[in-house]
Amino acid sequence: MKANKKLDIREILKDLDKYEPRRRGWTWRKKVKDLKLGRYVYSDCSESLKQSVPLPAAKYFDNIDPQPDAVVTTEIASGRFEDDIRRMRMAAWHGADHIMVIRTAGQSHFDGLIEGTPQGVGGVPITRKQVRAQRKALDIIEDEVGRPINYHSYVSGVAGPDIAVMFSEEGVNGAHQDPQYNVLYRNINMVRSFVDAAESKRIMAWADMLQIDGAHNANATAVIAENVMPELLVQHAINSLFSVKAGMKKENIALSTVPPTASPAPDLKINLPYAVALRDFFDEYKMRAQMNTKYMESSTREATVTHVINMLISKLTSADIQSTITPDEGRNVPWHMYNIEALDTAKQTFAALDGIKELLKIRDDGYMKEAVREIKERAVLFLEEMLEVGGYFAAVEKGFFVDSGIYPERNGDGIARKIDGGIGAGTVYPRDPDYFAPVTAHFGCNNNQYEPYKETPAELIGGCTFEDRSKIIYIDELDEEDNVETRLKEKEAYLNTSFVKPEVEWLADGTVVIDMTLPTSAEYAEAAAVLIAEKMNLLEPEVIHREVLHPEEATRIQVKGKIDFAIDLSEIELPETPSVLSDEEIKDFMRNHPLRIVAGTIGEDEHSVGLREIIDIKHGGIEKFGIECIYLGTSVPVNKIVDAAVEANADAILISTIISHDDIHYRNMKKVHEYAVERGIRDKIIIIAGGTQVIPALARETGVDEGFGRGTKGNQVASFLVQRLKELRKNES
Amino acid sequence: MIRKDDFETRRAHLRKLSDEELKNYFWELAERVVDPLIEIAQTHTTPAIERSVLLRMGFSSIEAKGIVEKTLQHGLIGKGAGHAVFRYSRLKNIPIREAGLELLEGRGWDEVKKSFGVEHESK
Repeated sequence: MKANKKLDIREILKDLDKYEPRRRGWTWRKKVKDLKLGRYVYSDCSESLKQSVPLPAAKYFDNIDPQPDAVVTTEIASGRFEDDIRRMRMAAWHGADHIMVIRTAGQSHFDGLIEGTPQGVGGVPITRKQVRAQRKALDIIEDEVGRPINYHSYVSGVAGPDIAVMFSEEGVNGAHQDPQYNVLYRNINMVRSFVDAAESKRIMAWADMLQIDGAHNANATAVIAENVMPELLVQHAINSLFSVKAGMKKENIALSTVPPTASPAPDLKINLPYAVALRDFFDEYKMRAQMNTKYMESSTREATVTHVINMLISKLTSADIQSTITPDEGRNVPWHMYNIEALDTAKQTFAALDGIKELLKIRDDGYMKEAVREIKERAVLFLEEMLEVGGYFAAVEKGFFVDSGIYPERNGDGIARKIDGGIGAGTVYPRDPDYFAPVTAHFGCNNNQYEPYKETPAELIGGCTFEDRSKIIYIDELDEEDNVETRLKEKEAYLNTSFVKPEVEWLADGTVVIDMTLPTSAEYAEAAAVLIAEKMNLLEPEVIHREVLHPEEATRIQVKGKIDFAIDLSEIELPETPSVLSDEEIKDFMRNHPLRIVAGTIGEDEHSVGLREIIDIKHGGIEKFGIECIYLGTSVPVNKIVDAAVEANADAILISTIISHDDIHYRNMKKVHEYAVERGIRDKIIIIAGGTQVIPALARETGVDEGFGRGTKGNQVASFLVQRLKELRKNES
Repeated sequence: MIRKDDFETRRAHLRKLSDEELKNYFWELAERVVDPLIEIAQTHTTPAIERSVLLRMGFSSIEAKGIVEKTLQHGLIGKGAGHAVFRYSRLKNIPIREAGLELLEGRGWDEVKKSFGVEHESK
């Protein structure tokens, strides 16, 4: 896969029925001790990527792109898996190696597998075809970036075991699995949830999948998030221990932990003792640090700050997986660019905090000691009372969980469920003594009663799909209308053509955002912003963010809307982009080949600002590379500048021409060139002409070596000088 | 239940425990909560579990769903839906898939029930 080629969704869908995943199980990053990158040594980083997009400021640091040692997650769920695949590629280039696919609303209650590629809402319907296509795409993407990518979704709802089997067969690397999530938030019968969960977990264990639990949802649901801290330890313990007893290895069990509260609360005073208490009790398990979503509003800036502080806690304690939440999640289903922003936020923060444990230590006395101990004791008391009332089911019936009081305080507003209530109630059946299932990775009583006796029950059927994947029955599509082919046909005009429209989640969705500040109150600003968007011909304008700068003086508004036209790239003529050498390369050359130039604005031109920017060291001009610049001033006559070059034995002449009336700028370039020929120095000297109205190709036609137009930087001119001088010297020799 | 925060009185018996003892006690209690849940899971099954067995035996999701529904109708879920298919393939000496598809079409259930010594009516 070449970086300058687009992923071809049709190519991915081709022969999908024959696709086989290349591996099973989870992959951690390879930590590198004392990783040297550029001028620096990193303490907490992993192997670098083969290809990536570094942080914007990396250009000042030899383009280094340090990758933290934690696996970094991004959640992708636009409702259309074919568009999500492109976003996965963007995400991988920004450092994601854990791609979590959110399921469509309502899949939890679907009793069985969904097949085909129907469109989803707030996520995608997780089907075999969709999973297979995405895993196949990720194989291509992981080869491109040079690091394995973990693919992840959810094993929950009333079809957990079905999904666990399908995921195991399709090489899914990780999944959320926590029966408590079903019980509390999806109102699925609690007995059914736990019985199903044991089977799901056994299957996931066979596939070496990493499991993430669902405890973090209590944070998001609780009235006051930090009050569920004791209960969170209990929820984590129930799922973790249940998983171990169902056959999972502890190193494949990750706790989904969120710093419960957020600024303006005193974040660290509450979140740090909690993080420490959790890691003390669960030191044998992995930590998946999730970011706080509870207090997210429409401000992407505010969310980003909260998330950076969340990662400070990750670094001060530990995180095997750092999840990222897109900063726009408070206002819409995540858009492409916010997945990337969240990933860059994580990468930037982790690089900044690299080695923090060598610099700082969390105190284990005073406030910290007391606060940590208190959380632990409250959790122990919670468990004690659960057992007193008759165990887990009884405690759920009595509304123990997600109560707004901090345990043992109780406000009587917890989520209560009935043991015989909820979806799937009455669907749990006792196994008879001769119950049997001739398959691998089956949990619980399994009476292997048949002759000839086989060690593993699946041998009796010649192996199940886990041993022989040719037995998997692949269903392509069930719905003639609602499928990927129909959607691709609708987008045909934009699929690998030269037509582009803006997009935020789906190809050619046409969505753009305009950002404006209006000098009025929030109410008027919001109404006015919609009218402005309409006058700009935006369709379906909608305010997505407002921020009071002052109650009366000004309000900032962001409006989204759609455009209904496309741009044909084949009609665009791109300006030439001069090739640029790195500062180091230029300096290296200059060290061995000292260079002198004469410069000035020529003719009757008094505009010297542009030329000064190209020359002066304080503007990043060519002086900084050690080039000796003889500046002759403004309105220098053509003859004088060439004579000065002869006298100074200069290597180059830089002329600047702003006035373009009647093509005077090109005529002057031609004169400089011709006079240099007359003086017999033309073949030894480089002539460069710059100015806001200069088109490089037209400048070259006048006989000068190169022209530079608007926006040129010193390093571009220096790069050209180096490359041209190398050519000249090569010709001489 | 409404209750004021009585942590200070409740914690009295925990105070004497070291951090390590408190941690061990936490996990001991957790185990007492989890063990009965594991016990139920070991001895029970559900339609989803049986579908997952049939998927592994080489049936599609649609076929698996149908076979489990039939298994429930015939009161054989306690034996296992996969077991019913396996038993029928042995009785008829036919491949697993063929056996399952026949059962899906409603054939063979009486023979399967008889071989399990189950005589109850179809539900």
